[in-house]
Amino acid sequence: MTLWLLVIIASLACLALKLAGYLVPPSVLDKPAPSRIANLLTVALLSALVAVQTLGSGTGLQFDARVPALVVAVVLFALRVPFVIVVVLAAVTAALIRLSGWG
Amino acid sequence: MSGVRSREGSAAVRAGLAVGFAAAAYGVSYGALAVAAGLDVWQTCVMSLLMFTGGSQFAFIGVIATGGVAAGPTAIASAAILGIRNGIYGVRVAPIIGGPWWKKVAAAWVTIDETTAVSTNQPTKRSQRIGFWTTAAATFVGWNLTSLVGALIGDALGDPRAWGLDAAAAAAFVGLLWPRLRQVQTIAVASAAAVVAIVLTPVLLPGLPVLVAGVVAVVVGGFNWFANSEPPLVPLEREGA
Repeated sequence: MTLWLLVIIASLACLALKLAGYLVPPSVLDKPAPSRIANLLTVALLSALVAVQTLGSGTGLQFDARVPALVVAVVLFALRVPFVIVVVLAAVTAALIRLSGWG
Repeated sequence: MSGVRSREGSAAVRAGLAVGFAAAAYGVSYGALAVAAGLDVWQTCVMSLLMFTGGSQFAFIGVIATGGVAAGPTAIASAAILGIRNGIYGVRVAPIIGGPWWKKVAAAWVTIDETTAVSTNQPTKRSQRIGFWTTAAATFVGWNLTSLVGALIGDALGDPRAWGLDAAAAAAFVGLLWPRLRQVQTIAVASAAAVVAIVLTPVLLPGLPVLVAGVVAVVVGGFNWFANSEPPLVPLEREGA
C-alpha cells in the first residue's frame, strides 16, 4: 500500500506540474524576449537531456557504449536517414559494443 | 494551397508516428526496470498512464530500486524535479493548442519532450497542432503498451542496456533536437546547455542539472545573443495558410 501511495503522489505531482504551464496566460509570449526564451528553453532542455542520457550514471559520469551509439545517431541524422532507422541503429550499435564486452 | 496544407500536415503525422515508435522501444526498458525495482505490474502501468513522462518515471524507479519504500520522499522529489520541464513546455505549447479547458487538460497530460518537440518543429500553426496530437496519441499508446510488455517479460529480457535501449532513448532525443539546429542561436544554446548539464551532473541531484541548463536559454534569449535572422516563432498570419 505504501508503494502505491508513493506511485500515486508522484504521478499527481507530475500531472500538476504539466497543468501549471497551461495556467500561464498566453499573452506572456506576445513580447519578443519571452517568446524567444520559451522557444530556446525547449532546445536547451532537450540538449541537456541528451547529454545526461549519454554520459550520466546516477550522480556521476560514465563513458560507455552510449557515446559511440550517439555519434552514429548524429552522423545518420546528418545524412537525413529516417528517424526510426536511426534509433534502431543506435540501439544496435550500443548492443553490439556491449556484446563485445566493453561499455 | 491545399497541396501545401496536406504536405505539411502529413509530414507532421509521419514525425509523430516515428517518435511514438521510438518511445515504445524504451517503454519496454521502463517496464522491465520498474518490475526489477520492486513495483508490481499494476503500479508500473499506473505510472505510465498517470505520470506519463519517461524521465520522471525512470528517476522514480531508480530511487526505489536502490532505497526501497523508505526512500519514498526522494523518489517523489526526483520525479517532480524532472517533471518541472513539462510545465515549462506547457507555457510554450498552450497557445498552439487553444480551445476549451477540457482540451487544455487533455493536452497538459500529454505535454512532454516528444509532443513539444514535434509540435514546435512544424512550420505552421495547423501542422503544429497535428504534430502535437499525433505524437501524443502514438506515444501514449506505444509507451503504455510496451510498459506493460516490459513489466511482463522483464525477467526474460534481462538488462535492457544489453539491447541498447538506453542508447535508443538518447538517439531519439537527438532526433527531436536535430531540426532545431539550423540557426547560430539555437546551436549555441544547445551546446552550452549540454556542457552545463554535464558539468553539474556530479554535484547536483538527478534532474536539477537539466533544469539549471535551461538558464542558458533564459540568458541567451533575454539578451538575444547570437540573434537569428528569422523570427523564432511561427508568425500568426500564417495560421491556416
